[in-house]
Amino acid sequence: MATTYAEPLGPHAAPHVSTRLQRLLPKLVLAPSVAITLVFVYGFILWTTYLSFTKSRGYAVHELVGWLQYERVWAQPRWSVALHNLAIFGILYIVICLFLGLLLAILLDQRIRQEGTLRAIFLYPMAISFIVTGTAWKWMLNPGLGLEKLAHDWGYTNFHFDWIVNEDMAIYTLVIAGVWQATGFVMAMFLAGLRGIDQDIIKAASIDGARMLRIYWRIIIPQLRPVFLSALVILAHLAIKSYDLVVALTGGGPGYATDLPSTFMYAHTFTRNQLGMGAASAVMMLLTVAAIMVPFLYSEVRHSRATGRD
Amino acid sequence: MEQTWETPQMAQGTSFAWSRVVIYGLLGFFALIYLLPLVVMVLTSFKHLPEIYAGNMIALPKDWTIEPWVDAWQTACVGLSCNGIKGYFWNSAKMTVLAVVISTVLGLLNGYVLTKWKFKGANVLFGLMLFGCFIPFQIVLIPMATLLGKMGIASSTTGLVFVHVVYGICFTTLYARNYYVAFPDELVKAAMIDGARFFSIFWRILLPNSGPIIIVTVIWQFTNIWNDFLFGASFSTGESAPMTVALNNVVNTSTGERPYNVHMAAAMIAALPTLLVYIFGGRYFVRGLMAGSVKG
Amino acid sequence: MASLEINGVKKRFGATEILKGIDISVETGEFLVLVGPSGCGKSTLLNMIAGLDTVTEGDIVIGGRRVNDFHPSERDIAMVFQSYALYPNMTVEQNIAFGMEMRKVPKPERETAVRDVAKILQLDHLLQRRPSQLSGGQRQRVAMGRALVRKPKIFLFDEPLSNLDAQLRVDMRTEIKKLHQRLGATIVYVTHDQIEAMTLATRIAVMRGGELQQLGTPAEVYNRPANTFVAGFMGSPRMNLAPARLQRNGVGHVLEVQLGDRPKVDIRLPPQPAAVRAYEGKELIAGVRAEAISYGTQSSGNDGQRSTVDATIEVTEPTGADTLAVLTVGGHEFTARLGPDVNLRPGEQAQFSIDLSKLVFFDPQTQQRIT
Repeated sequence: MATTYAEPLGPHAAPHVSTRLQRLLPKLVLAPSVAITLVFVYGFILWTTYLSFTKSRGYAVHELVGWLQYERVWAQPRWSVALHNLAIFGILYIVICLFLGLLLAILLDQRIRQEGTLRAIFLYPMAISFIVTGTAWKWMLNPGLGLEKLAHDWGYTNFHFDWIVNEDMAIYTLVIAGVWQATGFVMAMFLAGLRGIDQDIIKAASIDGARMLRIYWRIIIPQLRPVFLSALVILAHLAIKSYDLVVALTGGGPGYATDLPSTFMYAHTFTRNQLGMGAASAVMMLLTVAAIMVPFLYSEVRHSRATGRD
Repeated sequence: MEQTWETPQMAQGTSFAWSRVVIYGLLGFFALIYLLPLVVMVLTSFKHLPEIYAGNMIALPKDWTIEPWVDAWQTACVGLSCNGIKGYFWNSAKMTVLAVVISTVLGLLNGYVLTKWKFKGANVLFGLMLFGCFIPFQIVLIPMATLLGKMGIASSTTGLVFVHVVYGICFTTLYARNYYVAFPDELVKAAMIDGARFFSIFWRILLPNSGPIIIVTVIWQFTNIWNDFLFGASFSTGESAPMTVALNNVVNTSTGERPYNVHMAAAMIAALPTLLVYIFGGRYFVRGLMAGSVKG
Repeated sequence: MASLEINGVKKRFGATEILKGIDISVETGEFLVLVGPSGCGKSTLLNMIAGLDTVTEGDIVIGGRRVNDFHPSERDIAMVFQSYALYPNMTVEQNIAFGMEMRKVPKPERETAVRDVAKILQLDHLLQRRPSQLSGGQRQRVAMGRALVRKPKIFLFDEPLSNLDAQLRVDMRTEIKKLHQRLGATIVYVTHDQIEAMTLATRIAVMRGGELQQLGTPAEVYNRPANTFVAGFMGSPRMNLAPARLQRNGVGHVLEVQLGDRPKVDIRLPPQPAAVRAYEGKELIAGVRAEAISYGTQSSGNDGQRSTVDATIEVTEPTGADTLAVLTVGGHEFTARLGPDVNLRPGEQAQFSIDLSKLVFFDPQTQQRIT
């Protein structure tokens, strides 16, 4: 339905104060939120970016030093570890979540009687805090008391699972916990996508003689491309922002073996009195997120305008 | 979602018994894995500490005890004070309720303006606001900490409420806007002809018919704000900290023998409110998840 | 004094001109129908009369008062919407009374007014129900009740019957007509259905592309369409239009109808007025309604008024009440409305007679009727 741009009109032939107020009212109501956004989102981004170019350490110092802070960040071995971890964690997190989410969605799509219950089970991790998730998995992955002990009690005495205290493997524990938390969400998205597929196409394919697996592979999954894209972007976003999970599960350790840019930033800002470096790392995090979100949002907006949606 | 539809197999007319076994088997397996952490947390929280060391994580408690829960609530040590997590629980409760109410109200009004009182540039403003949903919050930590300090509300519930409202508005506005877009314009026109003005229309016509989106928004906001850690850790210390910060403190800073049962009990206490909301909110929770993602 | 005047009203939205200058004057008690294909601007015009959309240029005058700057609730109008637009959270009674509530009319007065209106529309037993508990027809009546209770100068209807099924639509149409006769209300009614327009209107405004094509009574619009668009839009089946050549034939004229190299058909005409005679030897477009073509060679008693042609039957469509036959005359297709008992088979050749008094001509370049 075409939207009309109706304006509130005054009750009298001659416009006077209350009329003008009525006309302004919608804008006045929206104004505070706009102001808040301008100040606390864009203003703060500018502020932090400005700080990243200053000599600030324990407190803000208004002396510009060019790219110094960025250089100092990159000079830190900890930063390379953090980036390296982000790549490993991010890629595994996204890939496994997408795969598992799709698998679970397809399974659930098969007219399961307990679909509601199963859906609820796969989704509940999204309802709890990352801190709780981290705490629970930290306990479960505790070498000596968690999974390892369970395996021993069951007779598999050679089973070792000390990833969480192992410098090289700790990052993978993050993947495990993260995947556990987010897969349900991806599954929900895929399930909605599957349910939106035109059944007639599938019937036509069956008449053409295609078998089950082939139908899924050649017809259904390609139709889920938009869902893949959305899920990918959201997961990437979550991965970059990941902070709570790291703090609760590994504390960034052992040492800083599971550091991520988010923990790097927090540490340098609040613990190590390196405001400038913290700001610089934050700016780089923002740029990474923007690099993913902006093209995605842009294509979404263009797509909805083209198809006349919205 | 409860309409009948066919699976590809049904469309094909085939339905092997053994494939059902595989499907149920896989689903059951994953369900167990998903439930495992919750089960482990619950079981551990009801055990005595020696039993934890003696047994394994999924063994049922031989000697059920609620002591860990009582300890967590009343005597667990958070930082230097050992008064349990109850104070922090109430901090979270106060903060979350206030922030949810304020951000939801603002979001509803914004959505109303953006859809039923469009003016030139409204879409641009909406886009600007939307962007705020996607930023990594690390980018605002430093300025916000400074500002809160200057305003004198650093390390207080008020400060946290302020922060959560500021960064929650983009979501609540998004939800309300998407909902009101589908709200019939003709109802607003009819009300206009009947003489209702800006607030009357909102109060008498829109709001009474906004049940679903209010529930979705409240659930989403409640879950996110209650579960938040980053803002809590950055902007509050000591007595005013929210539940998540206290929990992290309890779990990660014990020295000596770690009371795992108390840790698990504390984690359960922290998780219960949002879990309950999830269980009772059901499909509204899912709607909230999807609404935020589908429209980008 | 005219109840409603639309003077030189234009609507621009950005660079597009949605209404290109509309002039209509509506007298008290008239039932004006705005009809046209989607996108013609009829709903926009209605919204502008209501005050729900702004006027770029021109004036809207209601009861002698220029209302361009007046709020919809201050214009003394009431509107019935396509989707009824009943407030879902209120009872029927509250729905009808809402406008009065907004105007701070005291409760006892409100209740009396609602009861009166409910009686007229037979809604008495439904007053405490919610819209979701009503049928489509009932909802429409509540919407009308909400409009009636305002006792406005002008009633505006925005495609109110489009959401109803066919039978209900016919019933509600009669209801609206009866209401109009009973109340003597001034009504502006928008529809895309030309049958609704014909049956309800005292005058019809045919619109297309933001311009007024014709403003006239149903008879005028039907029998004397102003251009080929109106001729083709109004009436079902649409008016037969065919290019033809006008030739002089002694005292009278003859119309030559021929498509390509098919056999030519001549239609003898009585002497034509000067405007038509100007087209001697030239091409024009001839228009004639399906009812004007009958089977057989009978004359209606006035020989000069009927002409006989040979035609081949292409298709026959019995509708129960009559038979629509698609004929080829000189290669062009004409639809004829014949009696229900006529028994013709496709491929047959037969003779038909045309009532020449119903013939109209259009200029092939301007598409306007030749008057």
